[in-house]
Amino acid sequence: MHARPRTISALLVALVAAVLVMTGAASAYAAPVSHVGESACQKPAPRNDDTIHIQGCLTDLREKPPKPVPDVRFTVVDDQGKKVGEGTSNASGVFDISLGKSIDVLGNTYTVHLDKGSLPKGAALRNPKQVALKVTPKLSSDVYVTFPIGNATAAQSGFAIQALQLAVGGLVFSLLLAMAALGLSMIFGTTGLTNFAHGELITFGALVAYGVDALPGTITIGGTNVTVAVAIVVSAIASAVFGWVNDRALWRPLRHRGTGLVAMMVVSIGLSIFLRNIFQYLAGASTHQYSQFSSPRPWHLGPILVTPKDVFIIVFSTVILVLVVIALQRTKLGKATRAVADNTALAAATGINVDRVVSVVWIVGAMLAGLSGVLLGMTQGFDFQLGFKILLLVFAAVVLGGLGTAWGAIVGALVIGLFVEVSTLIIPAELKFVGALVVLIVVLLIRPQGLLGKAQRVG
Amino acid sequence: MDWHGILSQSLQQGLGPVAAVYCLAAIGLNIHFGYTGLLNFGQAGFMAIGGYAVSSFVATWGLSFWVGCVVALVATGLLALALGVPTLRLRADYLAIVTIAAAEIIRQTIGSVTLLKYFGGQDGLQGFNQSFASLNPFSTTVNIPGVVSWRAYDFWTLLVTWLLVALFCLMTWALMRSPWGRVLKSIREDEDAVRSLGKNVYAYKMQSLIIGGLIGGVAGIMSALQHSAINPSFFATDTTFFAYTVLLVGGAARVLGPVAGTVIFWFLLSFLDLFFGGATSGTNPLIPAAIMDGNQASLMRFIFMGLALMLLMIFRPQGIFGDRRELALDAR
Repeated sequence: MHARPRTISALLVALVAAVLVMTGAASAYAAPVSHVGESACQKPAPRNDDTIHIQGCLTDLREKPPKPVPDVRFTVVDDQGKKVGEGTSNASGVFDISLGKSIDVLGNTYTVHLDKGSLPKGAALRNPKQVALKVTPKLSSDVYVTFPIGNATAAQSGFAIQALQLAVGGLVFSLLLAMAALGLSMIFGTTGLTNFAHGELITFGALVAYGVDALPGTITIGGTNVTVAVAIVVSAIASAVFGWVNDRALWRPLRHRGTGLVAMMVVSIGLSIFLRNIFQYLAGASTHQYSQFSSPRPWHLGPILVTPKDVFIIVFSTVILVLVVIALQRTKLGKATRAVADNTALAAATGINVDRVVSVVWIVGAMLAGLSGVLLGMTQGFDFQLGFKILLLVFAAVVLGGLGTAWGAIVGALVIGLFVEVSTLIIPAELKFVGALVVLIVVLLIRPQGLLGKAQRVG
Repeated sequence: MDWHGILSQSLQQGLGPVAAVYCLAAIGLNIHFGYTGLLNFGQAGFMAIGGYAVSSFVATWGLSFWVGCVVALVATGLLALALGVPTLRLRADYLAIVTIAAAEIIRQTIGSVTLLKYFGGQDGLQGFNQSFASLNPFSTTVNIPGVVSWRAYDFWTLLVTWLLVALFCLMTWALMRSPWGRVLKSIREDEDAVRSLGKNVYAYKMQSLIIGGLIGGVAGIMSALQHSAINPSFFATDTTFFAYTVLLVGGAARVLGPVAGTVIFWFLLSFLDLFFGGATSGTNPLIPAAIMDGNQASLMRFIFMGLALMLLMIFRPQGIFGDRRELALDAR
């Protein structure tokens, strides 16, 4: 069966329109309240001279909105240890220390010290070790430094406790990764498509939730603010629809034309570039936070800190993952999915409606990706390339576990997610993704079929 | 709107040094993807190794630029070996994932604070191009009045890059009509058939990966030279995707495909940018600010580019000048 080119282009247009309408609605509401959730800081008015200042703003992040922290003393010393300036944060938490003419300052290294004793009672630096920051002015503009204030994290504690604390973060991240990876793996398993636009399905979920979150007013049931719950549900539904549209408008016609897998991979790259720029068009380049998702104080579980948000994400995503895997194992549709993944032609010959199965896989896969996007947005904020940034980790998880196997994607994601976070004990945090990608390449060297893949020739 | 200005600036981009660098990168990809069917999604990594080898050699260690060029080529060759050994025996999509991952590993490692003193972190390196700039025979602006004009140094890098393009096109043409090239093409069509004829497919693929990677490394060197600076953002994943688009626009498995592709691609990209930029600026813009502001206008070209890449691949996978029989693009 061959779909005519005209049908495909018509459907493509429909896909574009769908994206524009859905995310357009989101951004239209987003505009008026976009400043909510950002810090209360007001930068000092720009000066018109050639001096360089070190500026910053202290806010207590435990409060919503963040509360300014006044009367904290700072000193700035140069690389010989000579004091070159000092300052105190004012009523709105802002401090501003002049270093002098830019000509004398550029390229030198300065250290900004925070006087811990001058912090108000009960407040501590989030990272207690970070009482000093090194800055090297390179441009003739002011240098902005931040000292996050809140509850002290476990950074001062022992190696094992630190590892445990990081493992909690790793577990949260890996479960979110697992949801995205399971979707990618299911789609790959049934259609053979290596979907480079999967990251955009993740971003889409976060973006829709942001749209709901930014609606004026709050959604309450019986006096409880349930905006976040509604945002999660709406974004799951929108993502499911988006996945279906993806398949119906683009991938199914291509499959029916007999387009090669490599060609489809390139098409997915085009789709990824297209969608990512549309997301940026609608949401801008800045990082957004959900304004109505307050972050309550963390619980002390023995020596480690766990936020209610972490617990919620761990429970919620575990439930979702288990449900999907059980559905794959037990239900008729799940069995049909596995049959299609195993051998499409044979599955079709036994009377399975392959197109319907693939549609369902796209719906479920995109929903999983969207949910993972919403929850990722809650943990770390999101921007237009949230999904694109972690796409390689999702790929790594899928390949590590074994391309196309459901359990493999989950196990792979757990390994990658935990590795990414816990490895920061030893390697610098900026290189944590690098470590995970190296793991991917090493595993491919030793066990190309992945951890849970069937030992078969893959080339 | 100033149509003449837009057209002449677009033409200047289409023929300019950036277009020439992407042409080099795409020639490398043409050997990988067009002729051998290897899905290398890490061309940016090869470019980064080439560019950074030269610039850190000169700027960090103060050694000779020309020795740096040789080291850069050796380093890209080694990268190709390192990537090829684990993956060339595997299915095509594995190579794609591993190369794209390797390119990101290289970019994030080079840009890290840990290696700041060698590679300059996110700010990159400058001041490594004196040896190259001192050879510049031009001292004034080179222009065709009313059409295009380049500053002396830009024209010098542009000239050298296009000469390299010509050289590599000639090399590709000669290689691909040799028996060696015919083996590559048959690997693309049917790997197993070639293996059954007693050819060492793995070795051929490795040679192809190394040659294409070396051309990518040269593209990286020229990219660093023409900016007189280098930083990790030059070598993001999108750089590879742009090079693929250049290749596919012109037509894969055609010697001159990348050349035609890069001129068309950069002309259109620049045209769209200037058009939407012009349409949203001024007191009474053509497109009201409520629909599109200046920032959004700069994204329109990439939206169109993504769409064009999809449509091209769906309706004309052989590109503008390609031959459909030459390239089935059906490799699994």
